[in-house]
Amino acid sequence: MRPFREALTSLVRHPVLAVLSVTSIGLSLFVVGLFGLTAHNIASALSNVEEKVEIVAYLSDEIGEARVRLTRSEIGSFPEVLSVRYVSKTEALYNASRELTEFSDVFPDLDVNPLPASLEIRLRAGHRGPEAVSAVASRISAYDFVEDVRFGRDWVNRIHTLRRIAGGAAVILGGSFALVAMLLVGTTVRMSIHARSSEIAIMENVGATAGFIQRPFLVEGLMTGLLGGILALALTYGAYRLLDRAVLEVLWMPDGWTLAGILTGGLLGMLAAGRSVRRELRSLYAI
Amino acid sequence: MIRFRDVTKHYPRSGTALGEVSFHVRKGEFVFLTGPSGAGKTTVLRLVHMEIAPTKGDVMVSRFSSSRIRRREIPQLRRRVGFVFQDFRLLERFTAEENVAFVLQVTGASRSEIKPKVHRLLDHVGLAPRATAYPNELSGGERQRVAIARALATDPLVLLADEPTGNLDERASIGVFELVRRVNGLGTAVIFATHDATLLRRYQDVRVLELERGRLVYDSGTDAAVRPPLRRAPGAPIFELLDEKAAASRAGEGAGPTA
Ligand SMILES: Nc1ncnc2c1ncn2[C@@H]1O[C@H](COP(=O)(O)OP(=O)(O)OP(=O)(O)O)[C@@H](O)[C@H]1O
Ligand SMILES: [Mg+2]
Repeated sequence: MRPFREALTSLVRHPVLAVLSVTSIGLSLFVVGLFGLTAHNIASALSNVEEKVEIVAYLSDEIGEARVRLTRSEIGSFPEVLSVRYVSKTEALYNASRELTEFSDVFPDLDVNPLPASLEIRLRAGHRGPEAVSAVASRISAYDFVEDVRFGRDWVNRIHTLRRIAGGAAVILGGSFALVAMLLVGTTVRMSIHARSSEIAIMENVGATAGFIQRPFLVEGLMTGLLGGILALALTYGAYRLLDRAVLEVLWMPDGWTLAGILTGGLLGMLAAGRSVRRELRSLYAI
Repeated sequence: MIRFRDVTKHYPRSGTALGEVSFHVRKGEFVFLTGPSGAGKTTVLRLVHMEIAPTKGDVMVSRFSSSRIRRREIPQLRRRVGFVFQDFRLLERFTAEENVAFVLQVTGASRSEIKPKVHRLLDHVGLAPRATAYPNELSGGERQRVAIARALATDPLVLLADEPTGNLDERASIGVFELVRRVNGLGTAVIFATHDATLLRRYQDVRVLELERGRLVYDSGTDAAVRPPLRRAPGAPIFELLDEKAAASRAGEGAGPTA
């Protein structure tokens, strides 16, 4: 209990610095939070489209039923492949006439079915990234009766890149903010140590343990950081509500992320405090 | 209980503060540590308190040796060695009783034992009626009593007093001395650093260790029966010498500015 009381006293003693410290940690984690929100939304959008990602292999008209069956089971046994569906020429025409209603009158009049048969291949989760998709696609296109292979390579690539950029920006921006925040927290803790120098001298004189002397300052850093984390959470949530209402449907982050954010704040605060404690109280019981 | 073995202390920037000092202070003993300014009295006390380590030799306090003690053992040593300063060093924003209680809190005393113990300590130093006074509401003598109560809070084996009467007038000095003496009577050893001639002259039964320029030049000995007279071999008794010095400086002042 004592370390918490002492830490509170310290924070109250330098209110301006305390507010600055909390705010700076809050802002740095807010930056991370915004990017986290973005990344989470991109990721969930991606996983929606990725589920639909199919490699479509168009087959030559010359291929016989038996070859098709064999090939289908061969492809089906690729480790990345979830399922393979055969779409015959007739089915393709039927689908097309249903989807393209404007032309529905045209299709029954056709003498020859112009649409090729195809295999629609779905991949297992974890093999839906751009590299995996094109690897499987190129293996399939190696069959000589496969005329063409289609997959959404370009936009899959682009979304993945976007996600990586968002992550990188979060790390760089949030990281530099966090650095400034840690400097501020460190300074605040240093001021607290100085404000208590006469008490520390007495404690050292009468034999309080080093841990006992140092603990309140570490707790001060921890509390500053946790408060900053909570502030960041509030700001991020505010931003989320604003976006959700004004712009588009936005998903909130998983609870684990918000908890991790607050704990990160606490950790940053404690690390910063630890650095100040190590420096300022270096000579504690040194002879 | 406290043993100095050929202790030499060099300070990095001012050279030798102590040279090959050896002595032994027994459990429950009372010792005056005297000598002119800069002789090394504070250095001796700081060595006992293990704030500094000897450059050569060894300081042994209870079971702790300066050459073997670990950093994390020093708090334990400090709880066995009370320290009183010339300038009191009370915490100004705490009352007398809070100053004493603070020490108990930070050395892990249980909550229930703090209050009665603080009361007992303040009572012991004769300050129970002023328990809720702040240091700036107390006289110098009273402040030193609070400081002594605080130093005794951890039940030390030895009390180190570094010119505790240096800021006090004669009456208050004698009061503080008598208090420390009573503390000693209850079993706490005392090393009392002073160059107060009045005290030295008044309490001739007390063992005297005298330093001069970092050397131990005189030890009146432990055993009262065989104690040599308080005189510097082969010169005058120490307090007379001190008096002579004082007289000389007064004469110097009287004669006007000196070179
Ligand atoms: N921390 C220090 N660093 C360097 N030199 C020091 C330090 N402390 C003391 N000295 C030197 O060591 C010598 C002994 O000092 P010390 O304080 O032990 O003397 P003292 O007997 O207590 O003097 P006084 O009666 O004035 O308090 C002096 O020459 C002093 O200048
Ligand atoms: Mg001194």
